[in-house]
Amino acid sequence: MADTITLEVARYRPDRESEPTVEAFEVPLRRDWAVLDGLNHVKDNLDGSLSYRWSCRMGICGSCGMTVNGEPRLTCATFLVDYAPGPVRVEPLANFPVIRDLVVDIGDFMRKLPQVSPWIVRGEERPLDEGEYLQTPEQLADYSQFSMCINCMLCYSACPVYGLDPEFVGPAAIALAQRYNLDSRDEGADVRMDLLIHPEGIWGCTFVGECTRACPKGVDPAGAIQRYKLTAALQSVKSFVLPRGPR
Amino acid sequence: MTDPTQETQQAYRPEMSRLWWLRRRSYVFFVLRELSSIFVAWSVVFLLLLIRALAQGDAAYATFLDWAANPGVVAVNVVTLAFLVLHSVTWFNLTPAATVVKLRGQRVPPTAIAGGAYAGWVVVTAVVLALVVTR
Repeated sequence: MADTITLEVARYRPDRESEPTVEAFEVPLRRDWAVLDGLNHVKDNLDGSLSYRWSCRMGICGSCGMTVNGEPRLTCATFLVDYAPGPVRVEPLANFPVIRDLVVDIGDFMRKLPQVSPWIVRGEERPLDEGEYLQTPEQLADYSQFSMCINCMLCYSACPVYGLDPEFVGPAAIALAQRYNLDSRDEGADVRMDLLIHPEGIWGCTFVGECTRACPKGVDPAGAIQRYKLTAALQSVKSFVLPRGPR
Repeated sequence: MTDPTQETQQAYRPEMSRLWWLRRRSYVFFVLRELSSIFVAWSVVFLLLLIRALAQGDAAYATFLDWAANPGVVAVNVVTLAFLVLHSVTWFNLTPAATVVKLRGQRVPPTAIAGGAYAGWVVVTAVVLALVVTR
């Protein structure tokens, strides 16, 4: 195994360049080094001006998502040895405006996320002295997969629908809406439906399926969206057949 | 300190190229699947033309068969068949993603749901074939 590997890193410094360029850095190739370790080596030893986001280094904070050799990846969970002998191309997440180097503007996602009320909505809160809202393991299993989302936005980066139409609510936000819709303690499905059945909601999705392949936590946003399409379609049929009946 | 909103205004916004779907095999496959809807529509039109010819009597039906045997129409229909198979297979493969069925509290495995769809397809095809062969 060679001692080093080349990182081809996208650079964008708005004060110096009008569009991104690529800068190559030679970094140590160690079996236990992730792409993020390579970037940290560059920042600490070669060019302190390199900008990128990271925090936990253990695949849970969701902040180090970048495009590695064309694929959206968490750089803390993507190992350099898997790309040996290199070079490894590191670019910012696709489909987002680039603020600087590998840092993208996540404002759009942060605005969309609260719109789907990703928290437990109750019609009426039970008094505290009645205790917790209990749940069986089966009820937990109904939504637990969707609760694994870490908001890393790799699914937005993988989604061509979002790339072509930034108004699309997007995979993670819809999967998180489903996470609460399927929770036995939640009563907010109707509130969320108004946004989700909008053309920019579930019906914007054409089921490319790349979000599910990109997800580092096995959330399956594409599955969540297709399931919700079925729910919404059945709801429409019900309201048509029983216009004044129970919905 | 730099004003963060200032930096956002200077953000680089990459444009998606018209040929974005050639970048990845799965994207090409996806576009082919979307295109298959045109061929599904054509197969419906073809079937309606066939029914109309049948309703108009033997002479019209014979004319239809002659037209359908034209190499151009055969070529279009061979391509249509390929796209219909692609459309059906991808449709059956996605059914487990959209449908969650529970039996006695247990979730029916996705392979069983897709398997059921394929089994239905085989049965319908067999019935149609039997009708055509034993006619």
